[in-house]
Amino acid sequence: MSDSSSQAALARLREQVLAAHEAGKALRIRGGDTKGFYGCEPRGDSLDTREYRGIVAYEPTELVITARCGTPLAEIEAALAEKGQWLPFEPPSFGEGATVGGMVAAGLSGPGRQSAGAVRDFVLGAAMLDAQGRALNFGGQVMKNVAGYDVSRLLCGSLGMLGVVAEVSLKVLPRPAATATVSMPLDRPAALRLLNEWAGRPLPISASAWLGGTLALRLAGARAAVDAAVAFFAREHGAQQLDGEVHRFWAAVREQTLPFFDGLPGAGSAGAEPGAGGAASLPLWRVSVPSVAPPLALPGEELIEWGGALRWWRSDAEPRAVREAAARVGGHATLFRGGDRSAGVFAPLSPALMALHRRLKAELDPKGIFNPGRMYPDL
Amino acid sequence: MSTVYEDRFADLAAAPAPGRQQQVVERLKALLPPHALLFREEDVRPYECDALSAFRQLPMVVALPETEEQVVGILKACHELEVPIVARGAGTSLSGGSMPHAAGVVLSLAKFNRILAIDPVARTARVQPGVRNLAVSEAAAPYDLYYAPDPSSQIACSIGGNLAENSGGVHCLKYGLTVHNVLRVRGYTVDGEPVEFGSEALDSPGLDLLSLVIGSEGMLAVTMEATLKLVPKPQLARVVMASFDDVVKAGDAVAGIIAAGIIPAGLEMMDRKATVAVEEFVHAGYDLDAQAILLAESDGTPEEVAEEIVRMETVLRESGATRIQVSESEAQRLLFWSGRKNAFPAAGRVSPDYYCMDGTIPRKNIGRLLADIAAMEDKYRLRCMNVFHAGDGNMHPLILFDANDPDEWHRAELFGAEILELCVEYGGTVTGEHGVGIEKINSMCVQFSPEERAAFFAVKRAFDPPGLLNPGKGIPTLARCAEYGKMHVHAGRLAFPDLPRF
Repeated sequence: MSDSSSQAALARLREQVLAAHEAGKALRIRGGDTKGFYGCEPRGDSLDTREYRGIVAYEPTELVITARCGTPLAEIEAALAEKGQWLPFEPPSFGEGATVGGMVAAGLSGPGRQSAGAVRDFVLGAAMLDAQGRALNFGGQVMKNVAGYDVSRLLCGSLGMLGVVAEVSLKVLPRPAATATVSMPLDRPAALRLLNEWAGRPLPISASAWLGGTLALRLAGARAAVDAAVAFFAREHGAQQLDGEVHRFWAAVREQTLPFFDGLPGAGSAGAEPGAGGAASLPLWRVSVPSVAPPLALPGEELIEWGGALRWWRSDAEPRAVREAAARVGGHATLFRGGDRSAGVFAPLSPALMALHRRLKAELDPKGIFNPGRMYPDL
Repeated sequence: MSTVYEDRFADLAAAPAPGRQQQVVERLKALLPPHALLFREEDVRPYECDALSAFRQLPMVVALPETEEQVVGILKACHELEVPIVARGAGTSLSGGSMPHAAGVVLSLAKFNRILAIDPVARTARVQPGVRNLAVSEAAAPYDLYYAPDPSSQIACSIGGNLAENSGGVHCLKYGLTVHNVLRVRGYTVDGEPVEFGSEALDSPGLDLLSLVIGSEGMLAVTMEATLKLVPKPQLARVVMASFDDVVKAGDAVAGIIAAGIIPAGLEMMDRKATVAVEEFVHAGYDLDAQAILLAESDGTPEEVAEEIVRMETVLRESGATRIQVSESEAQRLLFWSGRKNAFPAAGRVSPDYYCMDGTIPRKNIGRLLADIAAMEDKYRLRCMNVFHAGDGNMHPLILFDANDPDEWHRAELFGAEILELCVEYGGTVTGEHGVGIEKINSMCVQFSPEERAAFFAVKRAFDPPGLLNPGKGIPTLARCAEYGKMHVHAGRLAFPDLPRF
């Protein structure tokens, strides 16, 4: 995209923000709209970011890529792949057309989060279009930077409530030299116990997924280290190495196209129609807990990721029961897909934290025009 | 966003109103035992500065609470009386982050120095803010775990300060900064209300306030407890030491290693002035003919390390290294590192004083900045040694000067400010890991626009409406930047030289 057309696109975004600010009207920020299902019901006039797109800078030796918000995630991943690099937190796209701005605003990470870190760990800087239509730059393009408050990381996962994430600089990494996937039959308690035990040892585990009595582990790193780990899991735990295109399995975990997710609104389809699977009509809960938390006593089916720290539940349990089960072990639960979103989807905040959220929103978006109600119904 | 707020930031040096000290002391006496409250000049003198001793200010009162209830009481009292609060740990800040306020209370958290729990299965440490960084790794060592962020001052610096400054260290290229290694912070807001950021899960609902609070230089909340991530100790570490006859070639070798898909555990560089100074001190066997040496560490399983060392050696050779040595034992690895780790004390041996800068630039500009610094040595008539975290472009030029000569100190400050301006010009930042504090507050005017600074103040207001937590640090006011613009280094002359400046 030429500089002049991108500047024109930015000018249009700015005009729309200014008009909304002037009129005190809500804006619903959207890119590819692949995560429209996430958070509370969006409302307001659509502010479409897709025209403000393009990779601004990418220097593989600096391990940094800078792109405008409307840039398709696929375009970024392709540019990185050409140089043998990637986004190791493996952001889910949840459909075609996902943009980098949406990736940062949603703040969701995929299977690689277990070993590499979350989206926010890779955000080095961001430009935000504020309620007055000004582009404000925070952070930068270098890895070590402690000048000013880290507003760029604050924007990560903010669901657009503080402003438009206009441009981002992300740290990238070389793709691991080798990967392998092993799988072994394990019941839930044993899987959780072993995942924590292995995480305390120098093993190159980069992702894990437990479902229906089988644990899959992805190993990544130097060839010699991966080979040694494959041999270790075969010897000590009778694990089988999976051949063929196992990356498809991990992509299906990330994109929620495994049969476990079938029939959910907005979920990538693996061929099933809503209502086709056994759990198909049940809402999907995302339960984030300490990895050492014991198995949760909830009805339904479970997929465990991130070494035990992320537990997806297809469950018809009462929202309060799911939230309490998560809170009892030091975590929180999000109504991720399906179910009734009108009462809010995220775990309620403590009064002190909610007060801080309200004041931040009031300071940065005084008229409340950006994605109102998307994170919490009254915020 | 109003700019009136800035007016509430009193000058750090403005003396308290008559009777004010007595009023605050009387109030705090009801909360603290006598030995935990200092207010006589001879008692508060040790708190007048942190590790940046060029900036000093006697505090009005120093409080040394021993219980959390006392901390809450102090915060509530200060909030009610509108007294500035400067939280302080070990005082190793290099940017004056814990320099006192003349009309404020220094809240020392040094007595909160307990490791509350090490959970080897969950791989976490729950610690109080006064715990020394290195003590965490020592306590985790029996479980073959450690806490990855390792600022060079880790033997003395405390976790509370690490959180405030988002500290890094040699290994953060691979293992990240403090923000990547903290799960949860529990503390208090300015009015003494309890608050918790993050959790022991990998994420939390709502905005990521944990990321915002880490690196906020004690200006948003007071930390009482943190849950830190522990990671498995690598089985083995080895370091490659490579000599170069040209600093630009050494800089290019750094880019070459990254381009080859290698993320070393540490990647450090020293120029010849630095190696000569430290070799006399530690006898590490550095190549004194080299214009620059690189230290590149590999860690992991023995298989991984063997593979990575071969790959790094190849890149370094292709980049024109004139000599390469690989550590053959742990003792030799530590010896190779000893020079880098002792570069600061070595600077202290060859010069009465040194001024350590902390800018970060994209790696590709390392050679260019070093050439600029060489030219500035002539311009300011001062010598400068360069040691830095080459892997992440974090430069630590050490400007050598004599503090007994006020003109030398003045030139050193201008020299440092010009380096930081160049860091911004080259796409970097005015501080990589030391923080802004009071030292770099003017340089912030170069990096951030008035609108961006106004947004920072908006964040500050949301957390600390009366502006009492560490006021005057970190974020420069519009007025300060306007004044700094007039004394812009490139102008070569100071306007209003008799005005007090920091």
